[in-house]
Amino acid sequence: MTTTRRDAPAATEPGLAPARRSGAPWLLIGLVVLAVSLVLALVVGPASVTAADPITPGQVLGSAWHHLVTWLAELGLPVTVPENPLSPIRDAIIWEGRAPRALTAVLVGAGLALCGVVLQAVTRNPLADPYLLGISSGASLGAVAVLVLGLAVPLTVAAFTGAVLALLATLALAGVGGRLTATRAVLAGVAVGQACGAAVSFVIFSTTKGDSYRDILGWLMGTFGAAQWSSVAIAGTALILFGGVLLGFGRTLDAFAFGDTAATALGIDVVRTRWLLLLLSALLTGALVSVSGAIGFVGLAVPHVVRLLLGPARAGNAAVARTSAVVGAIFLLWADTVARTVFAPLDVPVGVLTALLGAPVFAILLLRGRRRGET
Amino acid sequence: MSALGIAVTDLTADDLAYRIDGLDLLQGVSLHLRAGTVTGLLGPNGSGKSTLLRLVAGALPVSGGTLTVIEHGAALDLRAMRRRDRARRVALVEQEAHAEIPLRVHDVVALGRIPHERRLSGPSDLDDALVVEAMQRAGVVTLAERSFDTLSGGERQRVQLARALAQQPRVLMLDEPTNHLDLAAQLEMVRLLRAVADAGVAVLVALHDLAQAASLCDELVVLRRGETAAVGSPDEVLSPALLATVWGVRGEWVSGEHGRALVVSAL
Repeated sequence: MTTTRRDAPAATEPGLAPARRSGAPWLLIGLVVLAVSLVLALVVGPASVTAADPITPGQVLGSAWHHLVTWLAELGLPVTVPENPLSPIRDAIIWEGRAPRALTAVLVGAGLALCGVVLQAVTRNPLADPYLLGISSGASLGAVAVLVLGLAVPLTVAAFTGAVLALLATLALAGVGGRLTATRAVLAGVAVGQACGAAVSFVIFSTTKGDSYRDILGWLMGTFGAAQWSSVAIAGTALILFGGVLLGFGRTLDAFAFGDTAATALGIDVVRTRWLLLLLSALLTGALVSVSGAIGFVGLAVPHVVRLLLGPARAGNAAVARTSAVVGAIFLLWADTVARTVFAPLDVPVGVLTALLGAPVFAILLLRGRRRGET
Repeated sequence: MSALGIAVTDLTADDLAYRIDGLDLLQGVSLHLRAGTVTGLLGPNGSGKSTLLRLVAGALPVSGGTLTVIEHGAALDLRAMRRRDRARRVALVEQEAHAEIPLRVHDVVALGRIPHERRLSGPSDLDDALVVEAMQRAGVVTLAERSFDTLSGGERQRVQLARALAQQPRVLMLDEPTNHLDLAAQLEMVRLLRAVADAGVAVLVALHDLAQAASLCDELVVLRRGETAAVGSPDEVLSPALLATVWGVRGEWVSGEHGRALVVSAL
């Protein structure tokens, strides 16, 4: 051995850094904010604005408790079911309308932001976003084809199929005749994305008439208007399955920051790891796109915002990934709440809102970061 | 084994070749890196220095030849080894590394523990202690909380050295670590490399400055157009005749009170 071992050097040296920084306080604050936001988002809505007797957060929590205990009772547990503080109509507004929609927004926001962190690190490209590999265009093509042609296929299935096909085309194109480098993946994604985008435009241009325009436009810009509990199930399952694995790759992503040679010299199988990470984030994105359409800006901007919030001291990819998921969830939840209430009865596609709200926030943070010399 | 009972590792490269697109970038290069010594890798731009370092580090696929480490008296084939096992033995400090994202210096150094960590459990207390120790050895403890991209060139090189030391390598390779450093920082890097070698590591360092190579290295390997031009001690190798054939310059050694300098002029 070449090293001389000392006992707990970190404790004996004054002024030494604490060994690891997790960004845990930020994460905790974020989770609390997310929980509060979720309750508030359920209360806010056009139906309660017009009513003389608005729904309160307490009623929502009481109703949630009522449903939870009812469910436990149905499982055969000896519990007394409390009274539901909400009337049946209001109960339906909350639990059949707003709740699945809000939860879908939370899951999609978390997943998109997480994918953004991973893809930016894997491709070493700060402008990478979850749609980099042509996934959103592929999903759009699948969805638009079904909408326009009136096929008897669920929209989510069509969109997910389109996303996966686009991903496979991208990876095949990038991997043919050489190593899967970051640049090849990005270029192949651009090519596939453009091809699918052109096909979408052509299909819409040649066949769309009347009201289907609005449906398609909403879907292309991303909306939670059609979210149901099945959307929550799809997005939630994908986030747990794929997102959970992605979260474990934080330090590997740090190693990618110095390039392929450096990562290889650290014992990482760069090509295989890149394939795996691209595949996992693409499957996650595909599932998210299939329930919400392609919502822009979240995956691109949230990782940068989180890096600026955390500062370089905690900007390792593991901490950034965790925190980005929470911040992305909060951001998309509020963006959707604004989208469905402020312009009511118009349900604005949330993708429009994310860019509208996100761009100035992003710009301010960039300027602040520049002044502190952190970017 | 040395007198101290420390595991001594030598690395031997025999007849190494690297071919890409029909071009022979490296051909018939042999190396013997001995534990506790500093070997200098010299040669003009494009002579294959970086290629050789990457081949040994496993970042480029070897087209021919063998790479062997001799450990506890046994010869191990480096090419047949798992990447992680290889990374526990051989570390590489690249030229002018830069990160696309702002990383804390401590986190950069901790990357060196990746080949040692268990995949699922993450860094242990021992890993943390070794990271701090590597920072101490490279003199970057005070930079631990800084962002890597705000450091000066010399500080970055020392952080990269600390990262490589955290790998606990038996063989440490550096690609022109004194490039773009001011004179004091160059001397500091040279001193650190000497100390690493004295601790029993085999050091291979690509250098441009021949006088620096002569003062730092125990042995020199000179490359020219992907082939070995000379091997031996600095005194044997850096002759006026070799300087003329390899670099195409006229060279003359001038001795002073604190060492010697190479004065070069056009042929």
